[in-house]
Amino acid sequence: MTPETVTLILDIAITISLVVGAVFTLVGSFGLLKLDDAMKRLHAPTKASTLGVGALLLASILGAFARDEPSLQEALIMAFLFVTAPISAQFICKVNLHRRSCMTPPEPSSDSTWATLDTADAGDAPAQHLTPEKG
Amino acid sequence: MSFVDYAIYGAFGAVSLAQLLAMVRLILGPHTADRILALDTMTVNAIGLIVMLGISQGTQIYFEAALIVAMLGFVSTVAYCRFVLRGDIIE
Repeated sequence: MTPETVTLILDIAITISLVVGAVFTLVGSFGLLKLDDAMKRLHAPTKASTLGVGALLLASILGAFARDEPSLQEALIMAFLFVTAPISAQFICKVNLHRRSCMTPPEPSSDSTWATLDTADAGDAPAQHLTPEKG
Repeated sequence: MSFVDYAIYGAFGAVSLAQLLAMVRLILGPHTADRILALDTMTVNAIGLIVMLGISQGTQIYFEAALIVAMLGFVSTVAYCRFVLRGDIIE
């Protein structure tokens, strides 16, 4: 392949990544504005915007390769975003549950044969263990 | 002007529009969780804008700025959520 062909392929890849990233970012923010429920609103930015910014960072990596100074340092931001986006989404989810502004999940069913922390039917067995021995 | 430049300008417009939409949600946001989510989205969009600035100028010097914005955005989101959940950030 001639260098012109490589440059053209890289330019096309950068363009595709930029367009995909911009469209996904816009869709994510539009969903944040449009959806009507707090929990539904959580879906759009945490998934679409993360993917969109990932595509923009991929375009930046490809741009660095096209300028003949190859580096993968944007992959660091990508990895950080992909790791931390679900964590912050889960925290916002917990805020919604805390405010009771959404449907709460059902209580877990209790089962006397399973839960080791369920002391309702355990009788005095743990208490005996905790009493200090005389002598 | 090649087609990459057109794509960069279009992406600038789209991400800036996304930033504006997130800002509208930040102002409207009926409750605190919506505002926290809008701020988180604006942080992610800001990373995209910084990265696209680096592409359009052909430099790597905006990488550190984008990384620091990513880290501060995550920490601030978690701190806001901790404050709403527990009434305190570091107990």
